[in-house]
Amino acid sequence: MIAELGHYALVLALALALVQATVPIWGARTRDLVLMRVADITAPAQFVFVAAAFAALTWAFVVSDFSVAAVVENSHSAKPLIFKISGVWGNHEGSMLLWVLILALFGALVALFGRALPPALKADTLAVQSWIAAAFYAFILVTSNPFARLPVPPAEGRDLNPLLQDLGLAIHPPLLYLGYVGFSIAFSFAMAALIEGRIDAAWARWVRPWTLLAWMFLTLGIAMGSYWAYYELGWGGWWFWDPVENASLMPWLAGTALLHSAVVMEKRNALKVWTVLLAILTFSLSLIGTFLVRSGVLTSVHAFATDPTRGVFILAILVFFIGGALALYAWRAPMLKQGGLFAPVSREGALVFNNLFLTTACATVFVGTLYPLALEALTGDKISVGAPFFNLTFGPLMLPLLLAMPFGPMLAWKRGDLLGVAQRLMVAAAIGLVGLAAAFAIDDHGPVLAPFGVGIALFVMIGAVLDLVERIGLGRVPFATALARARGLPRSMWGTAIAHFGVGVVLLGVVAETQWSKEQIVSLKPGETVSIRRYDFTFRGVAPRQGPNYTALVGQFDVSRKQEPLGRLEPAKRNFLARDMTTTEAALMTRGFSQLYLSLGDTHPDGSVAVRLYHKPLVLLIWLGAVVMVIGGAFSLSDRRLRVGAPKPARRGVAVQPAE
Amino acid sequence: MAPSMQRRQRISSLFGAIALILALLQPAFAVQPDEILRDPALESRARALSKDLRCMVCQNQSIDDSDAPLARDLRLLVRERLQAGDSDKEVIDFLVARYGEFVLLKPRFSLETALLWLGPVLVLLASIGVLLSWRRRAAPSGEAAALTLAEERRLAALLDAGDEKNADDPSSPPPAGA
Repeated sequence: MIAELGHYALVLALALALVQATVPIWGARTRDLVLMRVADITAPAQFVFVAAAFAALTWAFVVSDFSVAAVVENSHSAKPLIFKISGVWGNHEGSMLLWVLILALFGALVALFGRALPPALKADTLAVQSWIAAAFYAFILVTSNPFARLPVPPAEGRDLNPLLQDLGLAIHPPLLYLGYVGFSIAFSFAMAALIEGRIDAAWARWVRPWTLLAWMFLTLGIAMGSYWAYYELGWGGWWFWDPVENASLMPWLAGTALLHSAVVMEKRNALKVWTVLLAILTFSLSLIGTFLVRSGVLTSVHAFATDPTRGVFILAILVFFIGGALALYAWRAPMLKQGGLFAPVSREGALVFNNLFLTTACATVFVGTLYPLALEALTGDKISVGAPFFNLTFGPLMLPLLLAMPFGPMLAWKRGDLLGVAQRLMVAAAIGLVGLAAAFAIDDHGPVLAPFGVGIALFVMIGAVLDLVERIGLGRVPFATALARARGLPRSMWGTAIAHFGVGVVLLGVVAETQWSKEQIVSLKPGETVSIRRYDFTFRGVAPRQGPNYTALVGQFDVSRKQEPLGRLEPAKRNFLARDMTTTEAALMTRGFSQLYLSLGDTHPDGSVAVRLYHKPLVLLIWLGAVVMVIGGAFSLSDRRLRVGAPKPARRGVAVQPAE
Repeated sequence: MAPSMQRRQRISSLFGAIALILALLQPAFAVQPDEILRDPALESRARALSKDLRCMVCQNQSIDDSDAPLARDLRLLVRERLQAGDSDKEVIDFLVARYGEFVLLKPRFSLETALLWLGPVLVLLASIGVLLSWRRRAAPSGEAAALTLAEERRLAALLDAGDEKNADDPSSPPPAGA
């Protein structure tokens, strides 16, 4: 009964979506406020109904209702509760339901918090949002009904893919979708602006918080997924340039570009046409990502769905929305007025530079991801495009971006003084060079790239700090004044500096991990010891262990450094009975920002066991840096001017620093 | 040529099918201790090569990362060739002759992959081209040239005044001498 209620709730949501897709936009055309306001009610209502459907499915998973097909395929009565819940979105049907839940959530949020929006813009935005929603509700109801019952329910479920029975993967999809799907708001706003044929700086101010929010979630989601792959897949890699990863990276790159171009639009009323295009492209890439993952075009660790009818349906949605949006853009964009001239060397120029390289990087990932598919479809020839290609192309595109990053926030609007900024960045450059030299000195026959990477990372980090130091006049004015200025500094500037600092942190982690990781692959007998970077691992033996829905073989290793014991590592291999699948559970020991990583291989009859052992210096910085970037985003989001629904651009910060 | 290619395809697809079945049995993990060569120089070359070679029954995994039996066979094959004295290029050529371009994670530059490799450069150049044309359209050139020196100065003064009025960052760099 509960499952049927959920199904029915979803049908009702579709009905509401159809109303919201038509009535408000008609109201906006006829300037009928009552019709426009319909969306204010239907959007939250849609969310309530989708949430009800989602709750119904969750209930079916929690109570292990094996008459529901999705539960049978992806759950098991012995599974821990948390994984019963995460199993809801650990499969195609459920994850699409999560997708529309988040879509409806964002629609409802705009309806509730967008009070200050011009009614027509709001009505159009919510209508477009509802077109997307209606398309995906229909997709779920027609091709992927999560509530389908089985005529003869089995006694036990088939369990969730063991790789997915992990806390990291429990929260990864919701975060990722909050980002992915969150960009739909920017898309809907862009479409609304095109329909209205009018766009101004205020538009950018309304779009930016939503984009920022989506970007923060996407950043967290990607970082979470990367960390999951790192500890779960057992070979210590954290980014594989897998098409599914690329599917999330592309919207991130475009979204990051959008955040930056929206700043130019908000502050200087320039780059309007481009910003609208980016808003369209960002969500289009999210849709393409959904298509790639959900259609089964690619099959990989993440892709657990393969069914051509679904692929064709999503492809149709894709063509309709992307094609439609671009057509509307081609028709309407020339009517949008360009404003705000600027010199090439200026804050605007720097942000254009940022956009240039981010979009090129995004295009590179796009081409690399889709090229093998396209080539095979056209010529039948199969090629592979993997990590070595992306490392070779993506890396060099990031380099100019990283080097330019500290310059951007220091340049003045309209006309900047490059030489002056360069002088002000001397300290950062000097520290970067010292870091480079130190890295060379410590590791003189290591990889040549590493010291340069360290130097650039330090330059980026110190550059971000210097920007703040300069703005508050630390060292130039009395400390109390500087402190007062720091407090009065707009949050968005803190946000910029913190996020840019985070990029440097990520870079430092990436450089250290890729260039200085140490690896040992050995076979050990009980009592034997293996050493890596002066850490000694003594193998004590393996022991069986019983989990709730698996049996495990646990290796026991005592770790010590210079005779001082540090603890025990217990890497395991788990065998999941329901699917007869084995997963490796690496054991990690954190030392500062570095980690020791131990994963278990084959066990042999003579009691010896193969182990893979790593020392990964500063590896945690990769993910901590991403978290720092998100904190920067949060600062920016809390800026008064950006606060969702802020009615007027508040004059800010003027009193903080007298014009010099 | 044709029969040998046919044979090659048949063998490789048979091989693929077997390997796929074995892969589903979930054995072991990537590089194993017994595979490692005694000569560290050769071994590091083998590792480097392995990272660029695809495990053909896996999704986007190099043979260095993959625990599939096929990957192990390829790893052993690479090491065998290296020990036989092949250069890196010879090993790659050998594998491509045997398994096709599909085995390379970094496709070789060819007519087929030209767009792939040149794509980033083309996009960058095209974007720069678009930017330049925008700038030309945005800045009506005749007018700018027509300004006299005095007008320019006045304009600059106005712009600066404007700058200060809506200086949205308090610390937008003070003019050097101020």
